[in-house]
Amino acid sequence: MPKCLECDAEITLKADVETGEIIDCPDCGTEFEVRSVDPPTLDHAPQEEEDWGE
Amino acid sequence: MRLGLLCSIIRTEEKLILQALRNRGVEFEKIDDRQLALDLHSSTFPWDVVLERAVNHARALHTLKIFNDRGLPTINRWEVANVCGDKVLTTNALERAGVPTPRTIVAYTPDSALAAIESMGYPVVLKPAVGSWGRLIARANDRHAAEALLEHKQILGSYHHSIFYIQEYVEKAGRDIRAFVVGDQTISAIYRMSDHWITNTARGATTANCPVTDELNAICIAAAKAVGGGVLAVDVFESEHGLQVNEVNYTMEFRNSIDVTGVPIHERIVDYTLSVGQAAITAAR
Repeated sequence: MPKCLECDAEITLKADVETGEIIDCPDCGTEFEVRSVDPPTLDHAPQEEEDWGE
Repeated sequence: MRLGLLCSIIRTEEKLILQALRNRGVEFEKIDDRQLALDLHSSTFPWDVVLERAVNHARALHTLKIFNDRGLPTINRWEVANVCGDKVLTTNALERAGVPTPRTIVAYTPDSALAAIESMGYPVVLKPAVGSWGRLIARANDRHAAEALLEHKQILGSYHHSIFYIQEYVEKAGRDIRAFVVGDQTISAIYRMSDHWITNTARGATTANCPVTDELNAICIAAAKAVGGGVLAVDVFESEHGLQVNEVNYTMEFRNSIDVTGVPIHERIVDYTLSVGQAAITAAR
């Protein structure tokens, strides 16, 4: 089970989690990107850029 | 058929599309734009069709151009992304096609922009030509606010913030319509409701089903055609002059629109993508 890179809380990934998905730490709310599902690896989510959108 | 899904971060929409592809047994590959290195001297790709779902407009725009110029079909096409990604080009395309849209003036200096605003009358809405999610959209209710906004945009922004997109303020009584067009059909629509004058769901607007009337379908199809067609979200105002198209989005978000409409938008997008890919394969034979 991966841990929050900020507060060290354990983060449970849902069974259908995708590589590239953005998730929140349930304790401190920091956003992370799932960089790998197996093994589960997290990194800080990228910051929103000016041309992000739909 | 081998499908490429161009993306970076995976939003709820991409997750739904990935699930739909897996459920159907479609052979596909996620193409993470952060890992792409596109050789402009090569023309071969391992995909028959690419569904573009990148969150970065600039990356999507360049990648689509490179793919399309080398014969790889994409949803949406580069021309569509280019027009929809720039509000000046979108409004221009709508107006040239005769699709009702709020009055808009483009100016390039604070002085000419202020003169245009004064001629239009207050309130007005200033928008960045490139941007989304309601980001940096500003309403100026009087000359003092307009002067401050224009100065801030010029001094604090990069050069494209001095392309002043000035739109008349449309009183929309707390809601607008977002309609989803896939190919030649408006498959569903929602009302986006907010006490705030900005009604983007990214800014907290709530949603409800909006019936797709013949009138709504007609203006949405006309808008989609004006920008080149494909898979598009058309934002519509119910103005005192009738329906007006505000914007058209080419990498539409729809997470808040499936439950309220009952229409599986992600499935319709996959249907359309597979049909485009199949048509390209058939044409190549």
